[in-house]
Amino acid sequence: MEHISWNGFKGGKWQDEINVRDFIQHNYTEYTGDDSFLEGATKRTQKLMKKVESLFELERQFGGVLDIDTTTASSLTSYTTGYIDQESELIVGMQTNRPLKRGVNPFGGMRMVKQACEAYGYTLSQKVQEEFRFRTTHNDGVFRAYTDEMRLARKCHVITGLPDAYGRGRIIGDYRRVALYGVDRLIEEKKKDKAMLAKANFNTDTIRLDEELFQQITFLGFMKEMAAAYGIDISEPATTAREAIQWTYFAYLASIKEQNGAAMSLGRVATFFDIYIQRDIENGILTEQGAQELIDDFVIKLRIARHLRTPEYNELFGGDPMWITEAVGGMGQDGRTLVTKSSFRILNTLYTLGSSPEPNLTVLWSTQLPEGFKKFCTKVSCDTDSIQYENDDLMRPIYGDDYAIACCVSAMKVGKQMQFFGARCNLAKLLLIAINGGYDASSGIHIGPQMPVLAPDKLDYDTVMERYKIYIEWLANLYVNTMNVIHYMHDKYAYEKTQMALHDTYVDRFMAFGIAGLSVVADSLSAIKFANVKPVKNEIGFVTDFVTTGEFPKYGNDDDRVDLIAKDMTHTFIEELRKTPTYRNAIHTLSVLTITSNVMYGKNTGATPDGRKAHEPFAPGANPMHNREENGALASLNSVAKISYDDCRDGISNTFSITPDALGKSDEERVVNLVGILDGYFAKMAHHINVNVLNRETLMKAYENPEAYPNLTIRVSGYAVNFNKLSREQQREVISRTFHEAM
Amino acid sequence: MEGSSIVGNIHSLQSLGTVDGPGIRYVVFTQGCNLRCGCCHNPDTWDVKGGTQYTPSEILEKIKRYKTYFGKDGGITVSGGEPLLQSEFVTELFRVAKEDGINTCLDTSGSILNDSVRKLLSYTDRVLLDIKYTTDEMYREYVGCSLESPLRFLDYLDECKIPVTLRQVIIPGLNDNDENIIKLKEIADAHACVDKVELLPFKKVCKVKYDNMGLEFHFEKYPVPDNDTMIKLNILLNT
Repeated sequence: MEHISWNGFKGGKWQDEINVRDFIQHNYTEYTGDDSFLEGATKRTQKLMKKVESLFELERQFGGVLDIDTTTASSLTSYTTGYIDQESELIVGMQTNRPLKRGVNPFGGMRMVKQACEAYGYTLSQKVQEEFRFRTTHNDGVFRAYTDEMRLARKCHVITGLPDAYGRGRIIGDYRRVALYGVDRLIEEKKKDKAMLAKANFNTDTIRLDEELFQQITFLGFMKEMAAAYGIDISEPATTAREAIQWTYFAYLASIKEQNGAAMSLGRVATFFDIYIQRDIENGILTEQGAQELIDDFVIKLRIARHLRTPEYNELFGGDPMWITEAVGGMGQDGRTLVTKSSFRILNTLYTLGSSPEPNLTVLWSTQLPEGFKKFCTKVSCDTDSIQYENDDLMRPIYGDDYAIACCVSAMKVGKQMQFFGARCNLAKLLLIAINGGYDASSGIHIGPQMPVLAPDKLDYDTVMERYKIYIEWLANLYVNTMNVIHYMHDKYAYEKTQMALHDTYVDRFMAFGIAGLSVVADSLSAIKFANVKPVKNEIGFVTDFVTTGEFPKYGNDDDRVDLIAKDMTHTFIEELRKTPTYRNAIHTLSVLTITSNVMYGKNTGATPDGRKAHEPFAPGANPMHNREENGALASLNSVAKISYDDCRDGISNTFSITPDALGKSDEERVVNLVGILDGYFAKMAHHINVNVLNRETLMKAYENPEAYPNLTIRVSGYAVNFNKLSREQQREVISRTFHEAM
Repeated sequence: MEGSSIVGNIHSLQSLGTVDGPGIRYVVFTQGCNLRCGCCHNPDTWDVKGGTQYTPSEILEKIKRYKTYFGKDGGITVSGGEPLLQSEFVTELFRVAKEDGINTCLDTSGSILNDSVRKLLSYTDRVLLDIKYTTDEMYREYVGCSLESPLRFLDYLDECKIPVTLRQVIIPGLNDNDENIIKLKEIADAHACVDKVELLPFKKVCKVKYDNMGLEFHFEKYPVPDNDTMIKLNILLNT
């Protein structure tokens, strides 16, 4: 098949089938140089960004939410058009009719929408409430099917943050397809798939898929309508770089109008855009400055994307994130790097537009990446603390070279794989429940198998492990079943038709489970094994505290005695999860990632044998506990690197903060040393790292004088936040974390 | 001499060092020092009897876990304390490290030069040599040895063609003057082995260590140098 918009492109399989990867492979230009070609922000961009910044300031003054449209349920065509500054915008399209005005999205659940409106001084309109009166939301469906035990597990916070009241997210549409093929071709292909399906036997699976295809086709039509309102026809393929970016953005915009998923990630667009940019530059219709302007304008749009959340939600996912994750760089399977000039351009937005948590720029690091790109990345890290790194050498053999990251650390092939997001369970709390024989002392709830309290004078490691495994087995089964309910209902009542229309019809599914409290569990079990742990009972006979005496190895010091306890724990848990079948035969995966919920998890967990007091925060993700590292930064990284990606295919998050002085004496040295740290860490087959290069004093000053630091961005757990958008409690926790310092 | 019977008294092990030698370095701080420099920021390493005992191979096993981080420039640095007090141990550690392809760097005051130290230097890829002052009077007053010792050490390094980074802590009121820098430069220029000179700003964060040990930090009275002074002295050094 040929199309006039494809003039100048090398042909291939991609013309006859939907295959963006094949298009990229045939047409991209790798770039192995340094950052010297980059241009700064133009006057136009500066002016537009100034306007956006004043809107951000206003949003802050309004307590975090600028405005809510309480009378319209968000969907692709439910709002009129909106602009920041119509004359000067190069890329257009707004979630509602005004920038930063939030829509309401009751498809996931009505209660959360009502509460969110009320929290910011609004009332959800009668109109919307009427519209949904006889409609079942995802939330309604889930609670119809939840068992008593599932409710209890939720109530005592041993499983928390479940996507049962809002959109599950973590699905990445292949938004590039709209630019490369135009919507009409995508509809045509989906219709072909539907016609093929008609020949199959009809059972639960095929009937469901058949209806889903109907919805996908319908919403592709709505996407065209949405774009048409802006005077743009996206039926046909994009012809220029500006159009390619615009078409792709429309596809993303349609998705965030339809879904308020926790993480609405972007995918891997920079190198795709680069092909169009390169063609326009070669044709003399675009300059470097113009190219940067297009990327800047696109990124501005991503920076103003918003969803309406409740304050309780923010406690789990602090900082108002959308996880508009863009995977940058990486290597191709043929050995060429996938780094292009546009990989640099998108990172350059942290200079042209200033540092920012969104989009969540994620560098796919390979030791084979060109030196110029490596150094530019680490320079950006040192200057902005706004990017994260994930191991391409670890993921590429599994997902190929056209995968992207959903949320923080969840890898998936773009348009070919999706996941059922499953939040996380609290393994530290589970250890306490096990010791108490099925009683959660924090909530006073009896749950799980009922057994005698385990409270000898000295806890014995083997006895505790035997007991713990019984409870792990119980929780793993309950957790999978709970997730099955959630995702059955989400598919039924809040199916992501726009995003799934931008997937192959037949996709692989992951069911992504998670654990919190790994370092607390590892250190607690180490204390029981190597030191002396005496349980302390309360007046009604349950263990609520521990007296720990003697030395024990602590996770984070590259000491196998305890690090392997952590590694084995993840292995045991995923093995247990695999024993219970999943909805739609999804593949069980596991993450060690907490977002900012490590504070909340700690708050709901009693004292632990490692010496952590009741209610104290956990370490984030797979991090060692704060200030227990005695051998410096690399020892800490080595400990985390031991957790196996084979057990934790949904990601192992590590947040690393280091002072500039500890990283080197000059800017140039710091850039080079950080490259060395990343190369070394990822060569150990570690999965992920957030890098902050800053002094604790800066954070303390920002804590005291937030106004003086409006744009202070830091990486937390798989994403970045504006420091000022965290709660005071979350801020204190971030300040108390380990900062690796020079001696 | 060969062998597993040698043990070192180690103060601490730091897995990430970026300021003691080129690239990323695993730093071994040995316990015990023969000098008592007024500006010392590690008084907890003075006592020769303290520390934890390790054999060279035990340390090597730890270091090997960090090889992926070293790249082409990094490696191991032995600092202290004064590593030369345990030259047999450090020799063996460097020998096995080099066998494993690990770059070796020695951070020392250069106050001891004997056969054992000469042997150690034959396994040393780079020396970070502290020239604390450039007059013999100051050396005797604030260090406790003569200026002659480190200079003799430097002459030997020059003879063996071992690359050297000269280092000096700048303490306002003592050595933040032009004469000192010019003298330091002369010393560097007179030794072809010196390929780098580093001026380090005096710091007082170590005060807490002195307090914890019940020792008086005699240099507390000196201010830390401001940025402009460091820039000015560095310009003088490099012109």
